[in-house]
Amino acid sequence: MRIKKLGAAAAALVLAGSLAACGGGDDEVEVASETDFEAGTTMAEIADRGTVTVGTKFDQPGFGLLGLEDVPEGFDVEVAKIIAGAMGIAEEDIEWVQATSDIREQVIEDGDVDFVVATYTINDERKQRITFAGPYYEAGQQLMVASDNDSIEGPEDIADNPDMKVCSVTGSTPSEQIREYLADDDQLVLFDIYDKCADALSNGQVDIVTTDNVILLGFVSKSEGEFKLVGEQFTEEPYGIGITKGDVEFCEFINETLAENEDAYLAAWDRTAGEVEGTEKPELPEADACA
Amino acid sequence: MSPVIDNLDLYWSGFLTSLEFIVYSLIGSMILGTVIAAFRVSPIAALRGFGSAYVTVVRNCPLTIVLFFMAFGLPELGINRSYFFFGIAGLVIYTSAFVCEALRSGINSVSAGQAEAARAIGLTFTQTMREVVLPQAFRSAIPPLGSVQIAMFKNSAVAGAFGIGGDLYSVGKTLTSARGFEYIPVLTGVAIGYLIITLSAGLALGLLERKVAIAR
Repeated sequence: MRIKKLGAAAAALVLAGSLAACGGGDDEVEVASETDFEAGTTMAEIADRGTVTVGTKFDQPGFGLLGLEDVPEGFDVEVAKIIAGAMGIAEEDIEWVQATSDIREQVIEDGDVDFVVATYTINDERKQRITFAGPYYEAGQQLMVASDNDSIEGPEDIADNPDMKVCSVTGSTPSEQIREYLADDDQLVLFDIYDKCADALSNGQVDIVTTDNVILLGFVSKSEGEFKLVGEQFTEEPYGIGITKGDVEFCEFINETLAENEDAYLAAWDRTAGEVEGTEKPELPEADACA
Repeated sequence: MSPVIDNLDLYWSGFLTSLEFIVYSLIGSMILGTVIAAFRVSPIAALRGFGSAYVTVVRNCPLTIVLFFMAFGLPELGINRSYFFFGIAGLVIYTSAFVCEALRSGINSVSAGQAEAARAIGLTFTQTMREVVLPQAFRSAIPPLGSVQIAMFKNSAVAGAFGIGGDLYSVGKTLTSARGFEYIPVLTGVAIGYLIITLSAGLALGLLERKVAIAR
């Protein structure tokens, strides 16, 4: 019994130590102490309420990943903190809600969240139901293969190797965009999460995994040399912040906030997705007009 | 309902893929389930033991786990087949445990005198099963077998998350995620797809039951 207790205490110590090592001291996001918003706007409502609900991914390394600490971490999460901070909301007062790809529009429409930052590619079909602020990041689709695979150098090579299987996630933008490069639809293997694609690539069931470069880089860095990226980015995936359709004032506020906080934005990149080897430091893209 | 009507072609191809998947799983699970049921009533202790162990293990494992072992376990052992194949294999293995038990209840309903009479005229165990016991067992087992198979039709949606692609589950995902349509109409469309399969299966079962009914 005694030994067991000792072991548990030791484990707790180690855990505490590693947690402390993770939580760096300088990753505080600035929180506005005084805010003054026109009455009736979304910002005023949120500032009055004192809390904000944000939808993000819980399973996307580097962007939004829920770890052991019960709070998601990543670039999307940091961007959300910058926006919340500008409304005077500290990060303890942010409620995080998981917004998987298939429910992002729904949670915005239903009012379950105030905004969504979740590797959310801006496209016209989605704009039918919600409004996008930003973009705040330009991702691009790329290919990941096993390190010993030399026959694929870009998306054009996929059709020349009809035996090879390409893996992506059901219903994702990349899974739709890769179709034009395939010899036939049987080449495409779809799972519900990217982890399964990485497993399938590792055990040889598929030959290529495709999605946005930043997501792939997370897998490459974890794979210890087993995977590599090939070819150039062949699409442009501007990530936007999803808000209620037609809320132009909130959209403009978010765009202004990001433009004013470019330093915080870059610092946020460095301590999240930027830590992965091979990522390029982004520039804050010019925001689209709010509509 | 406009997302459904605008994407009827997508739904149709999803429906066909799901139907193909279901038909293969139906045939496979009926055959394997019958074999296992025969094991469980066989005079050979080793076969009985295997049958019981199979049912105990498979029936008590969640379907998701069985499918995981198929899709990610077998490739680790060097067995590389299509995910469509793995999905069918997983669903067949899982469903056959239930088919076996439904069928065994049918076998138990055949009076012992039938098997004894068959033995008395010199039929072997295989002949007794094939010519005397199983035909009667199937008749009384049709209602539970029907329920097991209808449950399997719906379980096939789980296999959609294991790389099959293009089935009704994936169609629903594609429409809600990439194209951003609303959940309720899209999933209503998916539900209608499954209802077409399950309701017609129910009708067919009713017909079959009436056709093979025996007066006792």
